[in-house]
Amino acid sequence: MSETQTFSLDGEDVPFAPGQTVMQAAQAAGRWIPHLCWHPDFEAHGSCKLCTVRANGRLVAACTVAAQPGMAVENRTPDLDGRRQTLLQMLFVEGNHFCPSCEKSGNCLLQATAYEMGMMTPHFDMFYPDRPVDASHPETLLDFNRCILCALCVRASRDADGKNVFALSGRGIRSHLIVNHESGRLADTDFAATDRAANICPVGVILPKRRGFAVPIGRRKYDPAPASVVDVVPVKHEEEAR
Amino acid sequence: MPSTLLNPILERHRRDGTRLMQILRETQETLGWLPPEVITAIAAAVGWPRARVQATAEFYSFFHTRPMGRYRILWSDNITDRMLGSTELMQSMCRKLWLEPGRVSEDGLVSVDTTSCTGMGDQGPALLVNYRAVTRMTPQRVDEIVELVRAGTPVLGWPEEYFQVEDNIRRSDVLLGHGLTPGAALAAALERGAPAMLDEVKAAGLRGRGGAGFPTGQKWAACRGAEADVRYVVCNADEGEPGTFKDRVLLTSHADLVFEGMTIAGLAVGASLGLLYLRGEYRHLLEPLETVLARRRAQKLLGAGILGRDFAFDIEIHLGAGAYICGEESALIESLEGKPGRPRIRPPFPVTHGYLGRPTTVNNVETLAAACLVAKHGGAWYAALGTRKSAGTKLLSVSGDCTRPGIYEYPFGVTVAQVLADCGAHEPLAVQVSGPSGVCLADHEFGRRIAFEDVPSAGAFMVFDHSRDLFETARNFAHFFAHESCGFCTPCRVGTALVARLMDKVAAGHGSPYDLEELFKLHRLMQGTSHCGLGNTACNPVFDTLEKFRPAYERRIKSLAFEPAFDLDAALSQARQMTGRDDAAAHLSNVA
Repeated sequence: MSETQTFSLDGEDVPFAPGQTVMQAAQAAGRWIPHLCWHPDFEAHGSCKLCTVRANGRLVAACTVAAQPGMAVENRTPDLDGRRQTLLQMLFVEGNHFCPSCEKSGNCLLQATAYEMGMMTPHFDMFYPDRPVDASHPETLLDFNRCILCALCVRASRDADGKNVFALSGRGIRSHLIVNHESGRLADTDFAATDRAANICPVGVILPKRRGFAVPIGRRKYDPAPASVVDVVPVKHEEEAR
Repeated sequence: MPSTLLNPILERHRRDGTRLMQILRETQETLGWLPPEVITAIAAAVGWPRARVQATAEFYSFFHTRPMGRYRILWSDNITDRMLGSTELMQSMCRKLWLEPGRVSEDGLVSVDTTSCTGMGDQGPALLVNYRAVTRMTPQRVDEIVELVRAGTPVLGWPEEYFQVEDNIRRSDVLLGHGLTPGAALAAALERGAPAMLDEVKAAGLRGRGGAGFPTGQKWAACRGAEADVRYVVCNADEGEPGTFKDRVLLTSHADLVFEGMTIAGLAVGASLGLLYLRGEYRHLLEPLETVLARRRAQKLLGAGILGRDFAFDIEIHLGAGAYICGEESALIESLEGKPGRPRIRPPFPVTHGYLGRPTTVNNVETLAAACLVAKHGGAWYAALGTRKSAGTKLLSVSGDCTRPGIYEYPFGVTVAQVLADCGAHEPLAVQVSGPSGVCLADHEFGRRIAFEDVPSAGAFMVFDHSRDLFETARNFAHFFAHESCGFCTPCRVGTALVARLMDKVAAGHGSPYDLEELFKLHRLMQGTSHCGLGNTACNPVFDTLEKFRPAYERRIKSLAFEPAFDLDAALSQARQMTGRDDAAAHLSNVA
């Protein structure tokens, strides 16, 4: 008879199957570890670092570290949530995020996580990057101003749609999302509004055209309850948001 | 671009996407840049999505997706180049060419900009012209180059002495004085056989010379023990740590030793292909190294049936294209596969899942050269050199304020003071050991030793005398890391940019104690949450100098209260330019 293996997450036992990451096991157990670039349907990317936890004393990304029996994992400590708040502030200042004018407001994982981490201001000076929008596609708008480089659209297009419409290009603070055409226009790619990639963006980059405020502010995904409640059940949140 | 130009390049690289870096480089060497339709054609030829080819082309500093002029001049911007006057020389060059730094001249003739350290710290100020290294720049040489550019003289026709690169070996020990003829160490290794060779490397206590100091024998054993049909040996010659140039000297004058070390590694781990990843700044070494490889093949030291035995091994050279991050072994492997150099998620480590997913041992140039000594003289002989925890010798690249900059080989355990005395440093204020990601030592620490157990070093040793301002050193390093961050993870991508901005704010006289606290806060965040060593160490120079040379920061701080970085008057500069006004009424004062 085999015993279920467990590790401790903030002092409570979490069961896991061999091969599961700390994030996967926590999610399956209904426990929330803040995250932006992680999604249950795709392989881990490990870039946003919001899911940084302290496992046996070491800082690691929960989405990439394998669960080990008896591992002691700290998650929602003041120190870790403080680091998360700073990471969120970094994401807010490097792009152009104006929640009040964003169609994604209320359905946005970045915004919801920032609320949950108690982020009151961007803290750092804004970078105000110049990122023109791509409105070439008849059904979908790309507003790169809000891109957090999570690569979920890259993975969804490649792994679910088999298309490779998106890629991350550039280096350092000039890293940016590109589309798969010489013209640089989404309309010239084989992208379709029915693609998985069209409905995966956790922020407001990939948006359907001609649909504004279909669900009023106040009744959106993260309006009734915070991300730690809404996102603990492994649902495909981008589809609920539509 | 006509396919007659592109096709031979594609054919030479078998239309293989993993050769993308070489395809892009050779194409650019022909065309001067990588036009959009060429990227489309290359993507179609290698069968990759276009966006993926574009992503690689836009990641590396030395690839251009827009025209950068017939002459692309890049000044090495390490602090040691600046100490030798590179900033003023570059300004004078720009003035004489009627150019703004970073901009291409109106006629598309020339652009002048800065680049990260080109590995010529002992013979700077240095620059690259169309990716060829030029050393020892002087005001006179600036004038000559301006004339050559204006006259449109092809770079191949420029005076040869511009491209002269010296070894400057100042102190030799067992490695630089190895006295081995090509094949001698390899014959000894073949005589021992692979398992015994592995045991000797373990017994030697040989540790990685790239900085981390991982035991080489353990790495090779893990690679050999990994289940696989094919294994690879990679030589990391992406010597990007500012102030380091010892691998350049090994590859210039002891290339046989390096290639032989790779071959011995191949024998030990069971690999039949080795890849040497040469940094783009060392483009001038490509042809000489290819010549050495051809000779070794002719000498039966490479290829099938090496030295008459049942052992086959060959070596390919891959050239990088200006990305410090590729010194990180998993980023280097990504680059070898034709991708942007972003470090992978580890584990798995390269010894089990490396190049093309196969077990790969990635070793530093110097480590592989030292492996030849172990093969020839045995592990016990090697372990007796240096200290108990740091066997053997270490090459130091000495630059900065000293009379004899160059390469110094010492047994591990040498004191910093000894090196300073030998290189002719007068009244040194500080030494930056192992480059910006290393440690800044103040004079009370000069008794410390270069060794893994005390001050580990990848090889850089930059000396600063009392006339130097260590705040400016730290600011230079902060900009270096911001420029070289791969951009993958949030803390490093944004954090390095924030640190560079804060340092600029302090430099501009707008700093307050609050900003120094911010620097500490960013240091604490980036250290631990970053994806790889770059982000984890990026704040070291700021942290070190803040701790040890705080007055360098404090004398720039005028206000005890917070000061905004935003400068009201500077914000009006565009309006002044547009209206042609510069009178007193067109200015705002920030002073209340």
